[in-house]
Amino acid sequence: MNDRPLTGRMHPDRTPLSLREYEQAGGYQAVRQAVGRIAPVEVMNLVKESNLRGRGGAGFPTGVKWSFVPRGAQARRPVYLIANADEMEPGAFKDRRLLEGDPHQIIEGVILASYAIEADIAYIFLRGEYTLAARRVRQAVAEAYQAGWLGKNICGSGWGLELHLHTGAGRYMCGEETGLINSLEGRRATPRNKPPFPQLSGLFGRPTVVQNVETLCNLPHLVTHGAAWFKELSRCKDGGTKIYGVSGKVKRPGAWELPMGTPIREILEDRAGGMRDGVHLRAILPGGASTEFVTVDQINMQMDFDTCQAAGTRLGTGMMIVLDDQTCPVGMMLNLERFFAQESCGWCTPCREGLPWIVQSLAAIEAGRGEPADLDILEMHTRLLGPGLTYCALAPGAMEPLHSGLKIFRDDFERHLREGRCPWS
Amino acid sequence: MLNAEEKQLIEQAVRHYEHPRAACLEALKIVQERRGWVSDDDVRDVADALAMSPAEVDSLATFYSLIFRRPVGRHVILVCDSVSCWIMGYERIVQHISERLGVGLGETTPDGEFTLLPVVCLGACDRAPAMMIDGDLHGDLTEEVIDQLLVTYRGKKME
Amino acid sequence: MPVIYIDDQPYEVAAHHNLLHACLGLGFDIPYFCWHPALGSVGACRQCAVKVFRDEHDRRGQIVMSCMTPVRDGLRLTIDDPDVRRFRATIIEWLMVNHPHDCPVCDEGGHCHLQDMTVMTGHNYRRHRFAKRTHRNQDLGPHIHHEMNRCIQCYRCVRFYHDYAGGKDLNVFGAHHHVYFGRHESGALESEFAGNLVEVCPTGVFTDKPARRYYARKWDLQSAPSVCGQCGVGCNVLFNERYGKLVRVDNRYHYEINGYFLCDRGRFGHDFVNGEERIRRPLARESRGASLRETSADDALSRATQAVAGRRVIGIGSPRASLEANFALRELVGADSFYLGLSDAEFKSANLSLALLRELPTASLHEIETADAALVLGEDLLTTAPRMALALRQLARRQPTAESIVACPVPEWNDQAVRELVQQQKGSLFSATPGPTKLDEDAAAVYYGELDEIAGLGLAVAAAVDQPSAETDSLATQIATALRNAKRAVIVSGGNEAVMQAAAAVVRALRRAGRDAALCLTQPEGDTLGLAMLGGRALSEVVRDGAECVIVLENDLFARLPEADATAFLERTKTLIVLDHSITRTTARADVVLPAATIAESTGTFVNYEGRAQRCFSAFAPQPDVRESWRWLDALRSSLFWPTFDDVCRAMAQAVPAFAKAPDAAPSAAFRQIGNKIPRQSPRFSGRTAITAQLNVSEPKPPDDPDSPLAFSMEGSREQPPPALIARYWAPGWNSVQALNKFQQEIGGPLRGGDPGVRLIEPEAKP
Ligand SMILES: Cc1cc2nc3c(=O)[nH]c(=O)nc-3n(C[C@H](O)[C@H](O)[C@H](O)COP(=O)(O)O)c2cc1C
Ligand code: SF4
Ligand code: FES
Repeated sequence: MNDRPLTGRMHPDRTPLSLREYEQAGGYQAVRQAVGRIAPVEVMNLVKESNLRGRGGAGFPTGVKWSFVPRGAQARRPVYLIANADEMEPGAFKDRRLLEGDPHQIIEGVILASYAIEADIAYIFLRGEYTLAARRVRQAVAEAYQAGWLGKNICGSGWGLELHLHTGAGRYMCGEETGLINSLEGRRATPRNKPPFPQLSGLFGRPTVVQNVETLCNLPHLVTHGAAWFKELSRCKDGGTKIYGVSGKVKRPGAWELPMGTPIREILEDRAGGMRDGVHLRAILPGGASTEFVTVDQINMQMDFDTCQAAGTRLGTGMMIVLDDQTCPVGMMLNLERFFAQESCGWCTPCREGLPWIVQSLAAIEAGRGEPADLDILEMHTRLLGPGLTYCALAPGAMEPLHSGLKIFRDDFERHLREGRCPWS
Repeated sequence: MLNAEEKQLIEQAVRHYEHPRAACLEALKIVQERRGWVSDDDVRDVADALAMSPAEVDSLATFYSLIFRRPVGRHVILVCDSVSCWIMGYERIVQHISERLGVGLGETTPDGEFTLLPVVCLGACDRAPAMMIDGDLHGDLTEEVIDQLLVTYRGKKME
Repeated sequence: MPVIYIDDQPYEVAAHHNLLHACLGLGFDIPYFCWHPALGSVGACRQCAVKVFRDEHDRRGQIVMSCMTPVRDGLRLTIDDPDVRRFRATIIEWLMVNHPHDCPVCDEGGHCHLQDMTVMTGHNYRRHRFAKRTHRNQDLGPHIHHEMNRCIQCYRCVRFYHDYAGGKDLNVFGAHHHVYFGRHESGALESEFAGNLVEVCPTGVFTDKPARRYYARKWDLQSAPSVCGQCGVGCNVLFNERYGKLVRVDNRYHYEINGYFLCDRGRFGHDFVNGEERIRRPLARESRGASLRETSADDALSRATQAVAGRRVIGIGSPRASLEANFALRELVGADSFYLGLSDAEFKSANLSLALLRELPTASLHEIETADAALVLGEDLLTTAPRMALALRQLARRQPTAESIVACPVPEWNDQAVRELVQQQKGSLFSATPGPTKLDEDAAAVYYGELDEIAGLGLAVAAAVDQPSAETDSLATQIATALRNAKRAVIVSGGNEAVMQAAAAVVRALRRAGRDAALCLTQPEGDTLGLAMLGGRALSEVVRDGAECVIVLENDLFARLPEADATAFLERTKTLIVLDHSITRTTARADVVLPAATIAESTGTFVNYEGRAQRCFSAFAPQPDVRESWRWLDALRSSLFWPTFDDVCRAMAQAVPAFAKAPDAAPSAAFRQIGNKIPRQSPRFSGRTAITAQLNVSEPKPPDDPDSPLAFSMEGSREQPPPALIARYWAPGWNSVQALNKFQQEIGGPLRGGDPGVRLIEPEAKP
């Protein structure tokens, strides 16, 4: 059976699958099988059983998330499902692949998730810069409406779904699920406090589920082939495949769908072809910009939620960024923190004021104007911008590379201070 | 003043949401697509169209990075400044474009052809360094590729 | 009541509060910025961190924001732990990164919440060594000064202005550390409640612009509790003086009336106290035709006494003068010759109000806010009683909350969550007015029509309340249904007799149906209702009669009578004696003008729309030739009857049964706290010897105050005074207005010792 369900049928030339191609390859089978034939709760149970965990970064079990949505006559309507296609985490480009290469797959995922939670309206929240994906998804949505996969009374079940493509206007915070909801409502993308969780009070105060694109793309296959099959795909206890990516100075940067739990070494060496000639590996951000660095000695680590966590980092998006020995680690951290400072929503004090201070300190060090006390300032921030201390997870995420970087690259920081310049410049 | 087409597109967008305010960003984008940027008058017009106040609209317009509240050139170049592109030589790329155009980041060429802006990760890290011109993505940038692109776009009028 | 453990000590707290609210209420000091008792919690500033423990064995604990943490039984926490102390100090350090440190030239200095919190957290040394970001300021009009660099981004301004008060032209712009609070372009703020930004902003971004003309620190202001006279609501205010000028008007918390907020008319409408038009010396003219000239008080008095002696004198009272002043005039001229200084329409409406309030229960603003449905008949409240409009807006916001919270349990203090849940739903607020008003957008349904049509609608509602019909699509039925469904309903009206009668009919119908309903009738001025209670004749009668000698008390007849009538009447008058504080068309025609003290310089009693008697105290002694009107009027009599305010007030209470309880509105002049008077000046009042240094360096003796338990001094009791005598909010460590927390029984609740004032009207119908 296909071991690359999400990407296996995509065209090598990256043109999108048309509706006909998608259907011929078994697309919308899952909708036909499930909608009106299996009870929504059954679909939810299937997903629970499969151990599908969210691919947006946090790894929350998808079926469990759905179980918080109120059901039945007393539930407030409409219920919303939102596909989070705001991919803006530096280093991540997996959702774009899925959206551009197979737009009907995400639509089918949306339909199935919506059916499972008995949603009435769904949105795909697509980041504004993904213009090609926007064109392709828009067309696919129109096709799906025409073919009856969307709209009223899908598969004669009496249940219908309205799907809108909503394109964003920039800001990383739109990816955070409550920031996304605010943005979709036409507010500033500042996050909301939880509780209440979106499943109870989300978009327009109604029950809402937000799910990452990759998470949703798993659903058609899961429904068609079952939970046992899904678990089989993986090399660890979390089910399914994962799209892993590598960027940086490797021979073949890219993204590949592999069994969940594939070790870093296989991805880096077998897929990305190892480091370019003349450069050596120093460290890796395994799950994107907001994860802790891992070093060369951790290269055999399996890339799954639990192993990463045990190793002190996070699977995150599974999109690795590779640091080589010709690149200044302080410069890299400066770049990362500048991103987070720029994308802070400005709501809570530690993030709004702390991140720019970090940037100023790193910039001073990188420019050779650093002082030893700057390192204390940086260290203090890694402690005081932690989870629970800020309003949302942006700032804690921003501290992950800095926290590990301060330890791993201590010598490099000190060289900057000692020499009064960046040794790589 | 919004023209008939803009009004109609905004009305259409409003229908996608429970509350008209939710179409605000879409409305700003509709305006920007046609005028290049969003002026104070446009803010007022969008506010009127959605029964919002100008301050409410501007609160959004100034929050979101893809809404331009100052005039831009005929072509907008967004250069990815995030980590993978940085590792792969973003600084060299920006410097090259700057030299070619004679403007820095955040500036518009005197002839009004190009505006050069930084943008966060474009999701093209496998083709870093990358940039986007008028919504089209260009990856694996080198000095030569850039020179060529600039020539092509200079000849191109905005569609 | 749940028990929480603070450093292992048990405390009982109210279940519906958040931890910050509860701990502050217990008297603990936890720093905070974004939380506000009236605005709720949003968790933005992260200043209120405390550490909670899983159980009694947990020693590591977890830092949480107390304002976002619900109280629950058995919760264990510490406020004083090195980790949270360090975190809270760092919050200040962050907020100070871009702060201009311009306290010496900042108008907020000395009563700045940010200063207090900085000291409280112990942050002192600056480690940030890079450039600060700066902003440009905006011109926000005549009332509010803008200084964005001082901003600490607590978002309170937008939350008050936009969310609480419904203002549309102030918002937050930009993102990350470039957030900006202001208008989308320079220009005067449009909200009627913009002035509250001055108190809501915890630092010096929004400051009182008129007050900037008289640079003064809080501790150098001489202050007294008073009542706003700009409309009949009777909001409590603090008048603050320095060097003989009224510097600033602040909100004075009254749980039942204005709570934390004033309208701009109240805050900025008292400029006449310092005005160019003030009359500071007695004036008299030799003969008709001669011009008015300044004269001595003795001369003016002897002229006035001669004019009064042995003649028929009539007195015209005033709804903007105190009860005592009006009473003194009535005593001087006799009840038969006392005319209420009201226009015809005002006279009728005031008397009808009184009759209706004696029949039906009324509601305080707090009761309006917490009612479940309201109907406004005929009044544009934003012009006639702005603070009441703000209360009705809270009703409209609160009511759907109560419903939504059932569907998705969220604590009411969780402001953002509540707003998300409620979205655009509106509560049962209905409004029928002659034209659009700013309250319309908060109303579930509005009706525009002529006043008689509005009265008609009111009667139709009353009928529909009496007889619920199947027909549901008419507006009257819709309103009637909502009112019947409400646990508590208020009907607001005023001004026009027919409309007021219709409003009363609705209240009666609801009460017949066993519902709890109240009638709120607006009054145009600070003492309109008090004047009606005192009783007197209609002004129109005197126009017909004419008189030899007329005494006009703090009133401009041209504002009450048709132009021709006023002119004709004054021409027929032989001697016109006018008491007023500023020049009017009436003073211009007077033969003798006696300079009256303004409300900020006098002690007196005012009766608000509910029939609540409230005492105002002079913030500063008037200039030598300026006196309170009742003093002038007493002096016009054969001998002095009332040496002090308490004498006139007591005499009034004896003479007029309706005012029997008026002396209880506040403690009498004999009141002492541990043997001391209550100082009007703060113990740190500075520069007293310097005030007249060009003349003499010895300190001038402060004026005595025989009229009140307050002293024009910084000497006196250091205790917290009884609520009617609170002259400033201050507590150790709390120099800003937030010190108010320490004066309340429960934060956001009534003042310790009960809110001041007494209701004088006992309606026949019990609430
Ligand atoms: C600052 C921030 C940015 C985020 N950006 C994204 C994003 O771009 N795409 C995404 O799917 N999830 C993003 N997330 C995670 C979402 O909040 C949310 O957990 C996710 O969409 C849930 O989907 P999943 O359960 O399918 O993973 C972000 C979280 C944070 C804190
Ligand atoms: S951590 Fe705070 S300021 Fe940063 S993005 Fe989250 S809410 Fe906004
Ligand atoms: S007061 Fe609690 S976070 Fe601001």
